[in-house]
Amino acid sequence: MIAPFEPYPGSPLPQKEGHVSLGRFERVLRSGKFAVTAELAPPDSASAEDVYVRARMFDGYVDGMNATDGSGAHCHMSSVAMCALLTSVGYSPVLQISCRDKNRIAIQGDVLGAGAMGVSNILCLSGDGVQVGDHPEAKPVFDLDSMSLLETIRIMRDESRFLSGRPISSPPLMFLGAAENPSAPPFDMRPYRLAKKIAAGAQFIQTQYVFDVEHLRQFMAKSRDLGLLEKCFVLPGVGPLASARTALWIRNNVPGIYIPDEIIQRLEAAREPKLEGRKICVELIQQIREIEGVSGVHVMAYRQEEAVGEIIQQSGVLDGRIPWYPGCEVQSNSA
Amino acid sequence: MYKFRQWSVTHARKLEGFYRNFEPILIRLHPIFKLLGYGRLEKPVRLFEKAVKGLMFDCQMCGKCALSSTGMSCPMNCPKSIRNGPCGGVRLNGHCEVKPEMRCVWVEAWRGSQQMRDSQAIQQVQIPVNHLLKDSSSWLRVVRHEFAAHESEIAK
Repeated sequence: MIAPFEPYPGSPLPQKEGHVSLGRFERVLRSGKFAVTAELAPPDSASAEDVYVRARMFDGYVDGMNATDGSGAHCHMSSVAMCALLTSVGYSPVLQISCRDKNRIAIQGDVLGAGAMGVSNILCLSGDGVQVGDHPEAKPVFDLDSMSLLETIRIMRDESRFLSGRPISSPPLMFLGAAENPSAPPFDMRPYRLAKKIAAGAQFIQTQYVFDVEHLRQFMAKSRDLGLLEKCFVLPGVGPLASARTALWIRNNVPGIYIPDEIIQRLEAAREPKLEGRKICVELIQQIREIEGVSGVHVMAYRQEEAVGEIIQQSGVLDGRIPWYPGCEVQSNSA
Repeated sequence: MYKFRQWSVTHARKLEGFYRNFEPILIRLHPIFKLLGYGRLEKPVRLFEKAVKGLMFDCQMCGKCALSSTGMSCPMNCPKSIRNGPCGGVRLNGHCEVKPEMRCVWVEAWRGSQQMRDSQAIQQVQIPVNHLLKDSSSWLRVVRHEFAAHESEIAK
């Protein structure tokens, strides 16, 4: 089961009714399939091949890959450039934009540029603070926040104008995403904040790592009660932990990621913690899939990107479906 | 001051009531303000506003006061100046990821907003800050704006 043949890689798909973008990712979600996205770590190099090598690792397993924008406030290849490279061969990347490094002038320019390069999905983030990164002495910009960023791009797309009011002749057709963290306080407020993000323009949500499924269940239940799940697709974030030590380090040093004791104990007791971490990840995906209103998963396998395919396969969430990748038509024809 | 800031959130409902009474009084003073000249008043009012709000909210004089929508917790004290928070990095103890010694401005905002009569105000999406308004009096702007709105309603 392979997606139907497309005109040529990188060319926009025909617009479908009720869709805002010309991209494949929105199509998968709107058709009701369980979608899989993965985080693509940008290289610390000026080599296009470095990007393609990383992307190829996900071939046949993901519907979209997120090009991170200076994640953890560390300097890497820019997300816009990565997306441009990826779309040119047909991939459906999710452009991440963080408000930390650019003001509204730069961001709106990037959105137009991304649109011109065939990018169809944007994840709007506030971004980590500069102090956690490799340039803590840098000036934090934060001219917009994730919410006003969503609204800005929605205005550009739906009203064909910049924030200033100046017209845009060809609007960027972006499928808009936002982040949420069901495992961070204030817990009561999180579903309401989701409502606010939807009001601002969010159409899909990729969450921070979920290690405590109960947090997610409560968040989803409340969101359902508020009628939010009909208005957006939710893809909870998951990822494999390499060892108990890594898990403890993350829990103590990365704010916003909550790892329950049971998971750390399981990793401690395991003979091969790395394999156990992947097994836990597979189980989490299977549990998350059962929650009503979940539309997919977002896999963030930092420094374990090679394991993503195996994790997805073992979880069985694709139900035999093979997401499109460059060259898949050739393979299916010769098969 | 941090202590006063927390007091203000704890007493968000009282402050909300105070603001409700204070605003019409200011608006009624419009003819006097106009006579004296808004331009001439800007500096003394700004200094007074800065002193009062600085003490009570650690106000940064962004010029676009959102306290009534943020549970009386000033969003400009968020190290990421998030006007629609909280971000996903809030620590489990409710403290800020950037300044671990400080409670998250938005955890506080939620606490304050839930005591206020208009507890829904926090749901409004706040537009980006207009940086041209920095260090100007938000009170005078509200008075002028409200009076203009009031007059145009009468004209109808």
